[in-house]
Amino acid sequence: MLLRHTPQEITERKALMINPAKTCQPIGAMYAALGIKGCLPHSHGSQGCCAYHRSTLTRHYKEPISAATSSFTEGASVFGGQANLLQAIDNIFTVYEPEVIAVHTTCLSETIGDDLPQIFDKAIKEKKVPEGKTLIGAPTPSYVGSHVTGFSNMVKAMANLAAPGGKKNGKINIIPGWVEPSDMEEIKKIAAMVGVDINMFPDTSGVLNGPLTGEYKMFPEAGTPVADIKDSGNALGTLALGEWCSADAARLLDTKCKVPCSVLDMPFGLKATDRFVDALRTVAGTSVPDEIMVERGKLVDMISDMHQYFYGKKVALVGDPDQLIAMTEFLVSIDMMPIHIVTGTPGKRLEERIMEITAGMGRPVNVRAKGDMFLLHQWIKNEPVDLLIGNTYCKYIARDEDVPYVRWGFPILDRQGHQHFPTVGYKGGLRLLEQILGVLLDRKDRDDPESKFELVL
Amino acid sequence: MAKAQKLVQWEPNDVKDKLLAKYPPKVARKRAKQIMINEALENTTPTIEANVRTIPGIITMRGCTYAGCKGVIMGPTSDIVNLVHGPIGCSFYAWLTRRNQTDAINDSNANFITYAMSTDMQDSDIIFGGEKKLAAAIQEAYDLFHPKAIAIFATCPVGLIGDDIHAVAKRMKEQFGDCNVFAFSCEGYKGVSQSAGHHIANNQVFTHVVGKSETEKTDKYKINLLGEYNIGGDGFEIDRILEKCGIKNISTFSGNATYDKFASANQADLSCVMCHRSINYVADMLETKYGIPWIKVNFIGAEATAKSLRKIAQYFGEKELIDRVEAVIAEEMPAVKAAQAEVYPRTNGKTAMLFVGGSRAHHYQELFNEMGMKTLSAGYEFGHRDDYEGRHVIPTLKVDADSRNIEEIEVEPDPVLYKPRKSAEEIAALVKDGLEFKDYEGLNPAMEKGTLIIDDLNQYEAEKLVELMKPDLFCAGIKEKFSIQKLGVPMKQLHSYDSGGPYAGFQGAVNFYREIDRLVNSKVWSYMKAPWQENPELSATYVWE
Repeated sequence: MLLRHTPQEITERKALMINPAKTCQPIGAMYAALGIKGCLPHSHGSQGCCAYHRSTLTRHYKEPISAATSSFTEGASVFGGQANLLQAIDNIFTVYEPEVIAVHTTCLSETIGDDLPQIFDKAIKEKKVPEGKTLIGAPTPSYVGSHVTGFSNMVKAMANLAAPGGKKNGKINIIPGWVEPSDMEEIKKIAAMVGVDINMFPDTSGVLNGPLTGEYKMFPEAGTPVADIKDSGNALGTLALGEWCSADAARLLDTKCKVPCSVLDMPFGLKATDRFVDALRTVAGTSVPDEIMVERGKLVDMISDMHQYFYGKKVALVGDPDQLIAMTEFLVSIDMMPIHIVTGTPGKRLEERIMEITAGMGRPVNVRAKGDMFLLHQWIKNEPVDLLIGNTYCKYIARDEDVPYVRWGFPILDRQGHQHFPTVGYKGGLRLLEQILGVLLDRKDRDDPESKFELVL
Repeated sequence: MAKAQKLVQWEPNDVKDKLLAKYPPKVARKRAKQIMINEALENTTPTIEANVRTIPGIITMRGCTYAGCKGVIMGPTSDIVNLVHGPIGCSFYAWLTRRNQTDAINDSNANFITYAMSTDMQDSDIIFGGEKKLAAAIQEAYDLFHPKAIAIFATCPVGLIGDDIHAVAKRMKEQFGDCNVFAFSCEGYKGVSQSAGHHIANNQVFTHVVGKSETEKTDKYKINLLGEYNIGGDGFEIDRILEKCGIKNISTFSGNATYDKFASANQADLSCVMCHRSINYVADMLETKYGIPWIKVNFIGAEATAKSLRKIAQYFGEKELIDRVEAVIAEEMPAVKAAQAEVYPRTNGKTAMLFVGGSRAHHYQELFNEMGMKTLSAGYEFGHRDDYEGRHVIPTLKVDADSRNIEEIEVEPDPVLYKPRKSAEEIAALVKDGLEFKDYEGLNPAMEKGTLIIDDLNQYEAEKLVELMKPDLFCAGIKEKFSIQKLGVPMKQLHSYDSGGPYAGFQGAVNFYREIDRLVNSKVWSYMKAPWQENPELSATYVWE
């Protein structure tokens, strides 16, 4: 047994976190920054953080992840990292020539209290930033929130580039939240089908799922250009997908540039996608075209065709809040029973939302924000499930408890597809159902006695 | 990035100039000292600057002290609870991400490798200090798991806010009585790389664990294997071979290690050092305190493995062992030779570049030699000058300001347990017969004249090297892998082995030959251009059948 020291009996832990269902802020900021065109993320801390964050993102995407670091030494940790960051900015623009450097911090620079805006001012005054290049920064202390918080903080820093008072551009801003490049592509596709002119940031599609051509571009022709991010202040409105990931940036655009915003759930599954499409249609005053109706109909068709296999199945879920909310709703909508739900990211609101969504199931549900996978595993030991959905770290629980398992979320270190095939939208809903059915029916084929083994299912 | 240009006949000086050309003057001056054109000289090698601070913004491959201490040295041990004191990231990123395997998975012993444990510091802990939370977390870990030992690791903020983790550890240890609790001040900002973390880990394990075992090891030929981390099962293969020879490896630092193995390291009669960089401190201290000599070995490469086995046999000097070792080599070699013969025609003459942590950039050249592949350029992320130039330069090394605060501990011969394993005369006789003690000649002498040796290679230089010298294979880590492959050059990870391995020992050599053959001869590299890119001019119209 891989996790044989996990006891069935649950004792409340106050200080010890075991097998976290979250990681720290800067990796989220790094991922967000990669969705800006020509951007090099920069980690203002000691270099270990940057190496770890790059490695994790690389293992997840099987793609190069470029990011620089201030490489603090002990001296800098005591006297401040200003000199390191100034040197780094100079070296980066000279050697790597990005359009943008997006700086985030770590627990080190946050604890010593380095002041990014002041250092940026100095860098500009000292002519370390070439004409037309951009510096943005977000404080991302690792001891607050989680990787989701870091993502949100960097997206907020992007929104802060927008200035009020420009001419309205007739576009709708979409802040997609922490979804895969494939999901961002799908969101753009849906908006195009509804006929809405959008401005989406961040956008990692084409950045983290690029081709192999014999040429390496550190900054591919993809990502949201800075000019577009600045222009987001002139949009008609903003759709923020995911309260945790996107709401802060959208609200900043509202207060700063008077761009009204609406915070929606991430469009995973039937109902959340319905609300997203409906919102697009409403804000843009267009009508929903037939091809979207057909896509939606296919998803409904698959739910009806295979409903017997979903019905009443118990599910354990682990991941990030925005994704969990939409996924829980999707599972409930196809009559599955999500009964153990954990995120490592703090936020009471998650527990409330999950309780609302699962209220109709007529049975108790375990839900914990600031939980960990050790707790999730204990819950599963006390009430087994038919399906486990979560990131790659779940495979240890899945193997020990022999539970069918679908990889979904971040990070996925041992399978491919997430960067190429979406799980948002109706198309993504079909893919999720395909994956869920696949593991459930594989299990049935494995476990049915030979006399009951069937050709047609 | 610039368009690729191929130097038909590259000159090392040209390459070096081209690597430096784009840098700001200050950076160019610094990098010039860390890029060396090798002159393979008999007894001395030109100096290279190493183990110095990283240039900010340069996109280094390096990690931090915590990674070197927790991730590298302590991570592979199965029955010690490793508790990270810090915000969640450090614990999360070191959770199952190095492939140090353990067989504790298959028995009833404790195995905590699959668990990531952390105090998950919050802002309130930063403000009011985290000692109380740490003590509570240690207590919770003890109550849940009842381990033999709990190790605590500091992360960046811990040193800044002044949590005294050693005092907490001492208090908890006294309180428990049956669980050793000790701590590592391996804050990420210390030193300049992972290397400082190795040193800190060496010191604490030696102080708190080595020599504490109650069980007596009675095997005939007892060795320690130092600096072998069982990545991809390397240690399993080495142990298999040693076992076959009748040599007992009683303590590996630290692949598949247990608390008791560390604790009984003082009972071996010889220490064999694989990764010199990460563990030479323990090797020296074992000698000083207990009288155990150490030799440098290398189990990467079939020839190197045979050579290392012969060295061990020579040390013990008994005919039965010497014969046994020869018999094992004779038994293992045919399969190796067969695999070698099979791939050789397809690998001979190909070129490689190796940029790996602190030892493999040297060791793996043995395997490439066996395949007829030439190493054009190599270097370490965090080697010191002795890893490049050999240990003879140690007396001349100056510790600079960035590494000055890494603790050096003084050990004395143990009043009870010190026992020189060999008399001065015996050692002298062995030296006369060519066995070298306490010596490592480094990477530079192993490389040909005119090759490029580069310390702390960065992203820009890696791409530039590939563009200028067009190697057939590039070896480094996960962060480099995909940018190199985008350039159309096969890339082999020599940290994680790309989920393959083992590559150590005899079977490992066979695995490696096949893997490299697969990689450099894969068809995929011929698919990068579409047919319409190969022949873009329309010279004919399509004729329908």
